[in-house]
Amino acid sequence: MPAVKRILLDILKPHHPNALDLAQAIAALRADYRVSLKVTAVDEKTESAELVVEGDAIEFDGIKEAIASMGGTIHSVDGVEVSGSPTEPPAKGS
Amino acid sequence: MNWMRRIGFLLSITQSHGIARRYFVVNGFDGALTMLGMLTGFYVSGGVRPELAVSACLGAAIALGVSGVSSAYLSEAAERQKALRELEEAMMSRLDESAHGEAARLVPFAVALVNGLSPLLVSLIIIAPLGLAHTRYALTVDPLLGAIATAFGVIFLLGAFLGHVSRAQWIWTGLRAVLIAALTSLVIFAIG
Repeated sequence: MPAVKRILLDILKPHHPNALDLAQAIAALRADYRVSLKVTAVDEKTESAELVVEGDAIEFDGIKEAIASMGGTIHSVDGVEVSGSPTEPPAKGS
Repeated sequence: MNWMRRIGFLLSITQSHGIARRYFVVNGFDGALTMLGMLTGFYVSGGVRPELAVSACLGAAIALGVSGVSSAYLSEAAERQKALRELEEAMMSRLDESAHGEAARLVPFAVALVNGLSPLLVSLIIIAPLGLAHTRYALTVDPLLGAIATAFGVIFLLGAFLGHVSRAQWIWTGLRAVLIAALTSLVIFAIG
């Protein structure tokens, strides 16, 4: 089954919890996650941010839930890196 | 995350640490000054039996505690709901299930507890010399004077705590609070 190795998300979040708290909450989901979060725009009550998560097999739903639990929402999935690992060997002669 | 850390986190995302601290000092000061006023009144009127003074002060302390809890809960719950709805409008999504929704439900309880327990705790400390009057832990001085001295001590500590928070000279802020307490006592002596 293909494994997601890297994902780039455009998110909207309240000012609090701050970028560090949110990044830590996502990184705490799995030991192999590496998280990078960059605030790109700041509004009166919210801020937009670019979130990059890298890992061996990223679980998108878990990340989405962690962001929602911190009051944030995902605007769009702006980039992904997926590693394929075929479940069946290719048929002979094909 | 244990519940203490969770409450700390919720206070932090709602920026309510300062509010809780302010309530602690303001209502603690209320409690201390109320006790000092009652004790000075008892002293001016020629003194009362310690049990009577404890009952009267305890009644006032409980009333201050209940008033503190209920008033802070009502006002904080309204403020938190307002802040949540404004954030929801900015985020264009419901936040009831998020940490902000949880904070809107739990932070008013936490702040109300601080607001109510602060005067209650302060009052119990102040009337302790009266409560201990007939035990083997009784002070060698008149219990009423002991309680009045404790009230001044507690008021000094509350003032000093404010100085510590504002990074001012804690000794001066403590003495300033004591001065207010002394003026209060003087007025009571003057009209007593």
